[in-house]
Amino acid sequence: MGMTIVQKILARASGKKSVDIGDVLEPRVDVAMSHENGALVINQFNEIYQGTGIPAKVWDPSRIVIILDHRVPAETSKTATNQKKIREFIAAQGIPNFHDIRGDEGGICHQILPENGYIRPGYVVVGTDSHTTSHGALGAFSFGIGATEMASVWALGTALNVEVPGTIKVVVSGRFPRRVGAKDLILHLIGMISAEGANFKVIEFHGKTISRMSTSGRLVLCNMSVEAGATSGIVPADEETVRYLREVAGVKGKLDLVTPDSSAKYDEVIEIDVSKLAPQIACPHTVDNVKSVKEVEGVKLNQIVIGSCTNGRLDDLEAAAKIVKGHKIAKNVRMLIFPATWRIYRDALKKGILTTLVDSGAVIINPGCGCCLGVHQGALGDGEVALATTNRNFKGRMGNPKGEVYLCSPATAAASALTGVITDPTKGE
Amino acid sequence: MTMSKIVFKVGDDISTDVIYPGRFMATVLPTETPQFAFADYTEFNTQLKNKTFPPNSIILGGANFGCGSSREQAASTLKGHELIIIAKGFSRIFIQNAINLGLRTIICPEIEGELNDEIEIKENKLTNMRTKKTYEIVPLPKARQAIVDAGGLIEYTRRRVLEKHAK
Repeated sequence: MGMTIVQKILARASGKKSVDIGDVLEPRVDVAMSHENGALVINQFNEIYQGTGIPAKVWDPSRIVIILDHRVPAETSKTATNQKKIREFIAAQGIPNFHDIRGDEGGICHQILPENGYIRPGYVVVGTDSHTTSHGALGAFSFGIGATEMASVWALGTALNVEVPGTIKVVVSGRFPRRVGAKDLILHLIGMISAEGANFKVIEFHGKTISRMSTSGRLVLCNMSVEAGATSGIVPADEETVRYLREVAGVKGKLDLVTPDSSAKYDEVIEIDVSKLAPQIACPHTVDNVKSVKEVEGVKLNQIVIGSCTNGRLDDLEAAAKIVKGHKIAKNVRMLIFPATWRIYRDALKKGILTTLVDSGAVIINPGCGCCLGVHQGALGDGEVALATTNRNFKGRMGNPKGEVYLCSPATAAASALTGVITDPTKGE
Repeated sequence: MTMSKIVFKVGDDISTDVIYPGRFMATVLPTETPQFAFADYTEFNTQLKNKTFPPNSIILGGANFGCGSSREQAASTLKGHELIIIAKGFSRIFIQNAINLGLRTIICPEIEGELNDEIEIKENKLTNMRTKKTYEIVPLPKARQAIVDAGGLIEYTRRRVLEKHAK
């Protein structure tokens, strides 16, 4: 029997020839990522060693990557103190891979990891963040874990008791219509299979549409796979993966492109033709409450948000800038832009993208997560409605349980910013 | 066997943003997180803070309880009130966090119950004492049993560290 890509990666990471779905393994970890919740990981890590007489040293400092992104710059003294504790721990443990709140190296963890070459095909990656699924875009098996579980990884260097997940194969064909793309595809898929449709499973993406898709688009798909409950999303590494790793991430040396066997067994195969896909939107308050934008056109908006680890990359900002160029956003609408990393920020600055957006009335926020999860800037007022390119619209997500959040692509967000109501970006095309 | 009362009932897809809103995430220590449990459900949150319910009181959830963010505070905040979570299903990261911290979670896909119903909890089944109906419990993910047996992940990893060090 052939193996899925995740079976292959887990077999190798556990020193086995082959593994079956449901096997319980303890794979070695290639990359262990944390952000501000590193403060809790540190607490739990120290507790593990309490009373043992053994010094609390992480298994391999070079495998740990820490990025401050959730509340940057700190919004309260409490956060600042947590961040300070993290810096002290990093110094004490000699962890070399740290991305502080800096314009030359900072940003959101899920863009920092691929952009800086931390991720390779075939790696086992864990992160104390549910959107760690993102890194499957480069052919790694990458999944979110809790803080105590990470403390355990820091101590042992392995992910404990991983049950080999089954896989849903999604085969995508057709060319996207203009102004329709990866975000519309993943929203469509989540709406189709539901928020728990892939619970405890992996989604493997295949097909011509995926082969043609840039790594940026693949990151969108894998990022939001968790919104269908998936342990991870994954795109088997190919030419585009190599191009991205060499040209963008500056990775040198040999790459091992793990691919699934053609005889691999899948729990389910889903085929999607995107050639007639209309722009999609997730309505409040669940990500699987997906409709076509047309069905909810005209809903009045107070805030438009473009950015995040889902859609804060250069192509996203560029798509939005193209639509608003030479126009003003509607009265009584706020448009917040937060690029995923400072590298993207700088590139968008050089290309004039940020100027175009600001001229139209947008506000540029520094790279970070805050606005997406309602902890830092961009909170909604009572009864206000936001349209965002982020990944979650749960009640209270944007800082106010009395607000509503709709999720969409950058094109839909930009077109709607001009009208002040939810608007189909393909209209009149 | 435990006899417990349902003190709070929620629907499907209750996210960790609802259990522990993002704006309180700077609070991380398990000793401090309990005050923010279901913070936007003011009445329930106040009842919890006032210690209205005895230990082992039940939150009854629907499908996909704990979906969304991996924030461990969502498990530690409920653990702090010694609640039992019975749901038709859980998200992967939430149930792993719960097991790691020793928050009692019970998977029961068919469970039906209302607020204030008494539930009899046995090893592999639940009985709603009002309706007299009995429901099967789905065992926890097998990969996690060793951690439950060790009394939580800190303890489990500590043993592993000691074993490794002894070698």
